[in-house]
Amino acid sequence: MLYREAGQFKSSYAADQQLFPIRQDRIGIILLLAVAFLVIPLVAGEYWFSAILIPFLIFALAALGLNILTGYAGQLSLGSAAFMAVGAYAAYNFQLRVEGIPILFSFIGAGLTAAGVGILFGLPSLWIKGFYLAVATLAAQFFIVWCLTKFPWFSNHSSSGVISAQKVVILGHVFASPREKYLLVLSIVAVLALAAKNMARSSTGRAWMAVRDMDVAAEVIGIRLLPTKLLAFAVSSFYCGVAGALYAFCYLGSVEPDGFSLDMSFRILFMIIIGGMGSILGSFLGAAFILLLPIFLDIALPWLAGLFGLPFSNATVSHIQILVFGALIMFFLIVEPHGLARLWQIGKEKLRLWPFPH
Amino acid sequence: MFAYRKPLLMTAAAFAMLSQVAAAEEQFFPIVSYRVGPYGANGQSFYGGFVDYLNYVNLKDGGINGVKLAWEECETEYNNAKGVECYERLKAKAKVSTGPLHVMSTGISYALIDKTAEDKLPLAMMGYGRTDAVDGSVFPYAFPLVTTYQMQASAIIKFIKDKEKGNLDGKKIVFLYHDSAYGKEPIVALQEEAKLNKFALTLIPVAHPGNEQSAQWLQIRQENPDYVVFWGWGVMNQTAIKAAQKVGFARDKMIGSWWAGSEEDTVPAGDAAKGYMAATWNVAGSDVPLIADIKKVVYGAGKGNLQDQAKLGTILYNRGVSAAVLSVEALRGAQEKYGKGKPVNGEQVRWAMENLNITDARLKEIGATDLLPPIKTSCADHEGSGMVKIQQWDGAKWVPVSGWIEGNKGLIHPLFKASAQQYAKEKGITPKDCAKES
Repeated sequence: MLYREAGQFKSSYAADQQLFPIRQDRIGIILLLAVAFLVIPLVAGEYWFSAILIPFLIFALAALGLNILTGYAGQLSLGSAAFMAVGAYAAYNFQLRVEGIPILFSFIGAGLTAAGVGILFGLPSLWIKGFYLAVATLAAQFFIVWCLTKFPWFSNHSSSGVISAQKVVILGHVFASPREKYLLVLSIVAVLALAAKNMARSSTGRAWMAVRDMDVAAEVIGIRLLPTKLLAFAVSSFYCGVAGALYAFCYLGSVEPDGFSLDMSFRILFMIIIGGMGSILGSFLGAAFILLLPIFLDIALPWLAGLFGLPFSNATVSHIQILVFGALIMFFLIVEPHGLARLWQIGKEKLRLWPFPH
Repeated sequence: MFAYRKPLLMTAAAFAMLSQVAAAEEQFFPIVSYRVGPYGANGQSFYGGFVDYLNYVNLKDGGINGVKLAWEECETEYNNAKGVECYERLKAKAKVSTGPLHVMSTGISYALIDKTAEDKLPLAMMGYGRTDAVDGSVFPYAFPLVTTYQMQASAIIKFIKDKEKGNLDGKKIVFLYHDSAYGKEPIVALQEEAKLNKFALTLIPVAHPGNEQSAQWLQIRQENPDYVVFWGWGVMNQTAIKAAQKVGFARDKMIGSWWAGSEEDTVPAGDAAKGYMAATWNVAGSDVPLIADIKKVVYGAGKGNLQDQAKLGTILYNRGVSAAVLSVEALRGAQEKYGKGKPVNGEQVRWAMENLNITDARLKEIGATDLLPPIKTSCADHEGSGMVKIQQWDGAKWVPVSGWIEGNKGLIHPLFKASAQQYAKEKGITPKDCAKES
């Protein structure tokens, strides 16, 4: 009853082609954005902004980037963290070396730089596929981190190789408090996520999916493989690059190349596997799961232990947390191998019939 | 119906206990630590020592002037993002009253430098972290206490120079380092020293994690240097010591940094480690009076933090104690100025950390002689000492082979100043005037 499309007639192409064709979805997304933009800034505390919401949004953006490449275009990549590093260092250098450049231009520049590097490392994708491609992108991971460490120019000759992000100033306003940074990150992520949603259903997105499902067949129906794959690499790296710039400027404040390790690439990959491949929503759900669950367990476990009077030390809690986290990942993968986004979809179908399932 | 009541009451009691922890008359310590993960073993020793000393102060003196110490730990697994999350989680309590924050991770301390300054919470980086924070005019809330990588490198060169009868002209020194922020920081200092003392310096990086170093040691064999100064980390240390034995490089010509000189590094290397030297600012051993007393008071009361008591008296355990001693002394100083018997907040602790004066006599009073060099900080010098000892592994334990050696301050501190100025310019910070500080 809650989620029925009966009675929603579409009388024009525009109505049929809109981003969210079902009225409930439209209302839902508007409500969600309204809550994110208007309610959360009023009620959330500093801890929520800087420790939970900002990293969640940034990693969701990175996962979205990887999802475009891996989930939509079917090219497995292990270099997402490296592309984030490119974005972070590029934004820093734009701010440093171009006098008076607006910060948003730096972010876009960071995305474009990452896109350029992404295209470079995407070239092998024409000849190698699947796991072999993953190994090739692994090379990107190591090469980029090595490169940023090796050449001091990238970190402005800082003796330690660590860069410290400049102040975020837009139109003379300094984004200093966590709340302002959250709003900035949220705006960028919302725009880019809607753009991705749009892209996924355009001819570009359809070409990606055709290549993913069977590249020979895609070629036969007239999709040129090289530009399609490279475009996927470029767009994906653009998203990761912007995420990296936000990671440096709005989250940590100072970053070092080693921070963008393979471990981080794996985490982003896990996010899309858990969240759902080839789904915009999945990127967000996956990021939430991977980032927030450990924090939740970390807070909930000692509390539970205290409740039952168990003598848990800090280290024990961490071990148990890793254990529970691993078990939950396996549970979700077994119950729903297509990710959390698929669970949501099933939920929607059920709601469509509720309360009279047949 | 009564069956429900008991758990309910217990829950209420648990909540009451939780809220008591944050009572006003306690001095809170946010402890952002790691005891699991890749460097968990190091963290267990360091934070074991840290917490044991806080417990010791509570048990022995009933706190600082009657203010009990309380703390809450949060696990970072040496991960920067988790470190930030932990910091944010503990921040609310720390804003009421706080001890200095010790994160024992360069990455996390870098991520926290701006945040702590904004939140007015003092960040201590003992022997790691951003070294140019020595310049307190740009970094009011960051304290690279005791000594920094650059000063340590300079002190090691001084030690070598003394061994070579005051002349390094024409000598060859190889700097073998972990290719990361940690390993690269001393390079500037070494290059300056090389210019000054006219020795040839060769830089050889080792990629993380450094468990394969045959190429590097082959190069060292070809170069045949007089000394190898070694900046290793984790598994890299034992590998280097073993590799040195393999190519026949004398271990007593090899001097490591303080993160390459603990039992965790030498014991796994076995026989190869005999004669290997490393810098340190605290001696090992449980015969230091304070350590012995901690063993008696804290472990005697069954409140010890270490699960493995064999770690008691190791280099890193004693280093944790030394960090806690410094923190507690800073709190004493803050109470001295802002009111005895009251918890102090971040701004007050900051003042105390900038005006520390821990003399030899005071160290003796605490029983911490040789756990720390004497320290006197100021606005222009957040380091306060810059002294290290060189110790040698005799096959079973670390033995100090030198007195306190001070690095060349006149050479190194201007480097910090220049680097801090650049940082201030990039960030648009106006440095405060140290001459006006009381």
